Amino acid sequence: MGNTAAEPLVNIQNLTFRRGERVIYDDMSMQFSRGKVTAIMGPSGIGKTTLLRLIGGQLKPDSGHIWFDGVDIPTLGRNELYQARKKMSMLFQSGALFSDMSVFDNVAFPIREHTKLPEEIIRMMVLMKLEAVGLRGARDLMPAELSGGMARRAALARAIALDPQLIMYDEPFAGQDPISMGVIVRLIRSLNDALGLTSIVVSHDVNEVMSIADYVYVVAERRVIGHGTPEQLRAHESPLVQQFLQGLADGPVPFHFKAADYAGELMELKD
Amino acid sequence: MLDKLQQLGASTIASIQGFGRAALMVFGALWGRPRFIKAWPLYMKQFYVVGVLSLLIIVVSGLFIGMVLALQGYTVLSKFGAEQMLGPLVALSLLRELGPVVTALLFAGRAGSALTAEIGLMKATEQLSGMEMMAVDPLRRVIAPRFWAGVVCMPLLALIFNAVGILGGHLVGVDWLGVDAGGYWSAMQANVDLNEDVLNGVIKSIVFAFVVTVIALHKGFDAVPTSEGISRATTQTVVTASLAVLGFDFVLTAVMFGG
Repeated sequence: MGNTAAEPLVNIQNLTFRRGERVIYDDMSMQFSRGKVTAIMGPSGIGKTTLLRLIGGQLKPDSGHIWFDGVDIPTLGRNELYQARKKMSMLFQSGALFSDMSVFDNVAFPIREHTKLPEEIIRMMVLMKLEAVGLRGARDLMPAELSGGMARRAALARAIALDPQLIMYDEPFAGQDPISMGVIVRLIRSLNDALGLTSIVVSHDVNEVMSIADYVYVVAERRVIGHGTPEQLRAHESPLVQQFLQGLADGPVPFHFKAADYAGELMELKD
Repeated sequence: MLDKLQQLGASTIASIQGFGRAALMVFGALWGRPRFIKAWPLYMKQFYVVGVLSLLIIVVSGLFIGMVLALQGYTVLSKFGAEQMLGPLVALSLLRELGPVVTALLFAGRAGSALTAEIGLMKATEQLSGMEMMAVDPLRRVIAPRFWAGVVCMPLLALIFNAVGILGGHLVGVDWLGVDAGGYWSAMQANVDLNEDVLNGVIKSIVFAFVVTVIALHKGFDAVPTSEGISRATTQTVVTASLAVLGFDFVLTAVMFGG
């Protein structure tokens, strides 16, 4: 249970996870250092979100360890898991704001649930969090009245409401216009450094991720295919990593879905 | 043939698993120290949404069913010169049978479907997952208040339904068809038993309330989080809950009044 800065906050060891017959991760290991922004990149459909749910304890792996701040998440009972979750938070792709509460109440929600602070202090905390994401003026709006980018920032304010140690971003850039994309890129970096967070960013937006991440894991085919700092990755020798980083349509990941022979299928007579 | 058998087995296993998940959900929602004080506003809101907002349809339906009962009953009773028995006829039909059953069916359509759709959408928009990641148990926070709201409100709604129905019977029988008002009430008083009729009706509606509410919550909580999945879950709530109410009604009637 060392809390030294050298020890990673999240340490995934030999993780194997199956969905039915399908193997999602096969004996995968990863480390997320304290105070850093670590990104996980990879093609869609390889279960990047699943990985965040595994770290959050919403799913249980078939084997392997997920160490978070000295505890092994899959072995925890319900109460210990809930205690551990108070130290982490997750920004969902949809934002997952509660649609029946105003922005203010959404951000106040975790504080009200987990503390017995008086309402004046809660108000102060909420306004500070909203100021950090630039939405102090939008506190009385309902989630339905927010644009996609604003909803994500409001959700971010809620995610940092209780000053977690770890924050996980699930596709934070997906479906954002260039301006709100820029805002979110800047927020992830500045919140990480200002609040001393550890951030995990799951994304397939190569340029944005490479611009903010301290360390990057590229995941494909059930395992880590390359990792390193953004500079190291750009010089990576694996063709698969290069195909992904440069966005080439064809390569080790083929353009065509597995199919029968093209000419043969065209000429095939229908009965 | 073998395929059919396999399908039958699979769907049986699936429905039994469904029962298990529903039981786990209710258990998870109710187990542990209740937090009525902190969660009071949540409970109030659900009592309002589930109970108060269902009042209109219950009152209107109760009124009309009471009126129709009186009208139909009168035509038969008057042939035998037994118009005086109109009061007991209306009251017993409502208290024993129509009050609990029709309230449950209306409740499944009005409040049950809304519960399913709301919870299904909360699941689809990751609100439930989000809550879980904020270390707040959605079973305690979302399911429990709705469960209690349904289980407490529906028997009360059934009582209101009965009362309004009896007044509707009075409106048609006494005010329109000319049955003696004193006879209407005194015959009712003489023939309705508190335990046998009123209490059994209340027990029925408590059972129905539990069944309908659990089905509605479970279908929402278990819904496939897509638009198609939620629409299917909502339909299933109404169909399954209605059939379950009618099935339980037969069993309860046989036990209570059969012997």
